[in-house]
Amino acid sequence: MTAALEVQVAGICQLTPVVREFTLVPVDGILPSFSCGSHVQVHIEAGGRTLRNAYSLLGDPADRDHYRIAVRLQEASRGGSRFMHEQLSVGDRLRLSPPANLFAPHSRARHHVLIAGGIGITPFLSYIAELQAKGASFELHYAYRAGLTDAYLASLRQRLGERLHGYDSLQGQRLDMGRLLARQKLGTHAYVCGPQSLLDCVREQAAMLGWPQSSLHWEAFAAPEPGAAFSVTLTSNGRQIDVPADSSLLETLEAHDVELPNLCRGGVCGQCATGYSSGEVEHRDSYLAPAERATTLMPCVSRGRCGSALTLNL
Amino acid sequence: MPVTLKPVETYRDDFTFRNSAEAIARFPFPFPEDSYMYSVNIEPATAGAPGSVFEHWFDIDEHYRSEMAERARVLERDPDRCLVMPHMQQAGWDAVEMLMTHLATDYPEWFELERDGERWLWRNHALDLCQRFTFGDPASLPCEPLEYITRQVQGDFAMLDQRDGNLWMDAGMITCPADWSIKFDAGMSFTQWHSPVPMAHQLGVFDRALKYLMNIQVDQPVRRLNWTLTVNPRLDTSSETFHEWGGERAQVSAENVAQRVHLRVELQFMPRLPRSNALLFGIRTYLISLEELASNPAWACRLHRVLRDLPEAIADYKGMTLYRQTVVDWLRQFDPQARAA
Repeated sequence: MTAALEVQVAGICQLTPVVREFTLVPVDGILPSFSCGSHVQVHIEAGGRTLRNAYSLLGDPADRDHYRIAVRLQEASRGGSRFMHEQLSVGDRLRLSPPANLFAPHSRARHHVLIAGGIGITPFLSYIAELQAKGASFELHYAYRAGLTDAYLASLRQRLGERLHGYDSLQGQRLDMGRLLARQKLGTHAYVCGPQSLLDCVREQAAMLGWPQSSLHWEAFAAPEPGAAFSVTLTSNGRQIDVPADSSLLETLEAHDVELPNLCRGGVCGQCATGYSSGEVEHRDSYLAPAERATTLMPCVSRGRCGSALTLNL
Repeated sequence: MPVTLKPVETYRDDFTFRNSAEAIARFPFPFPEDSYMYSVNIEPATAGAPGSVFEHWFDIDEHYRSEMAERARVLERDPDRCLVMPHMQQAGWDAVEMLMTHLATDYPEWFELERDGERWLWRNHALDLCQRFTFGDPASLPCEPLEYITRQVQGDFAMLDQRDGNLWMDAGMITCPADWSIKFDAGMSFTQWHSPVPMAHQLGVFDRALKYLMNIQVDQPVRRLNWTLTVNPRLDTSSETFHEWGGERAQVSAENVAQRVHLRVELQFMPRLPRSNALLFGIRTYLISLEELASNPAWACRLHRVLRDLPEAIADYKGMTLYRQTVVDWLRQFDPQARAA
């Protein structure tokens, strides 16, 4: 694991009642460059434990002296987004894992269709900077709730003109996904970021229309959902560790100094895949094949069933 | 300690290339055991011992001027050995930045970089070059950015685009390949360009290696060693020039084997290019004649066992079938067990 980056909060901007934007500058030295679609993990000390939440970098990748992220206050926050909204002030220091990209634009696409739901707009802000700089063909479809999750609407409207299509749920404006995907020409790639329902809708419509899987890209913004408490035993040393209801297995292992490689912390990238030999698992990832689930789990999102004891190959 | 650069030697015609004692001592001998089989021998590229070929990301050694002169000669005859597809432009600038910043930091006696925003000044004292340019503006350099910088760095460089769950050979500066061609492999996927390799597919080597490479993160490069044999210290053993070097494999005899046959080792170094998300694939080639190698008898003994027991399919793929026995016969003198038998 590379060392975390030390940054300082240089600016905070309340964009809507639930969305805050943070500008982060390096404490010393320079920040690593990043490619559009990249995210960082912010290490958050909240309630006596360390959460690592993933946020897209939304600045222009050509801008080297700062990072920008935007955080939506989650009603069912486990403490991460609440801390970012209520505790973090200008001048405070934060630790970040270096940028990683699990959601890069496809280099051979002839046209890019960007589909954002609410805070899912964030990765597309770096996309747009890059695509505009390259003169690439693209359109943005942005579904939001006016005054709440429309954080970047005004500036995007100014920047994109007719390439921006907005859908305000308060006004009952709906994005007709089937029609949008049906009218695309060969060589188009579609990218979607937002709530699970939006992802499901795009995937379903694309499948019905016979879109090639490889032309569809998505990023889920899912913090690990809480569940019931359970316990695990490590095979190597017989150590038993209790996982509380509101912590993920990965976070709990980290709190006990068991470090696993990880990038997305959302059940997508596959880095933290861990073998297990007994116990009943509630699989919540979108990475493992059904056959693999009998022996492997993704500790970033998946959990033991209520009261179950898992034996991990660690 | 600053690197001392030798005057220009040749990798063709009269073949004046030789290794100094220091170069032999730091040669990356690639065999951790007495036998060889394909494996996913990829490891994190952590900084190696001072003076070793693993010390810096990009190793500059005594042959620097010779290798750059050889690259210039190859490009003069065949400019298409440097190839950059349009969607790899940004990766080219990534490579410029990565190579210049590392060289200037690691070899300040030879390379200097001054950055003022996008206005850069690059000085290469080894080749007596000085270039002002605007980062990101191709018109401010005398040639393609990838070509400009790789004419000044030892080793071949491919740039791989990452998409569709694979890596694609969409750019590169390839003037010293071990029997392959950038023009032939251009646009192929990792899976496609490895398809001629025997045995490794069945071992699952490439599936695992591909997964590993696609997960390389910014500032966490990895490396591996690969090897083959080459007759004469010839860097440009590409498919395009096969007619020039292929026949030399039939000229190896008991009398000339020690001087003419060379162990060819590739130090492959793979960092993520941060702005483009492409993967840089550096292939830094080291050549050593059997005679030079045998100055370390432990190496000669091990190489004897490796070559003697190498599966025929691999020997064939590496192109050494014609003269392998001659090499093994000469190396036997360094293997106490074989001599006693």
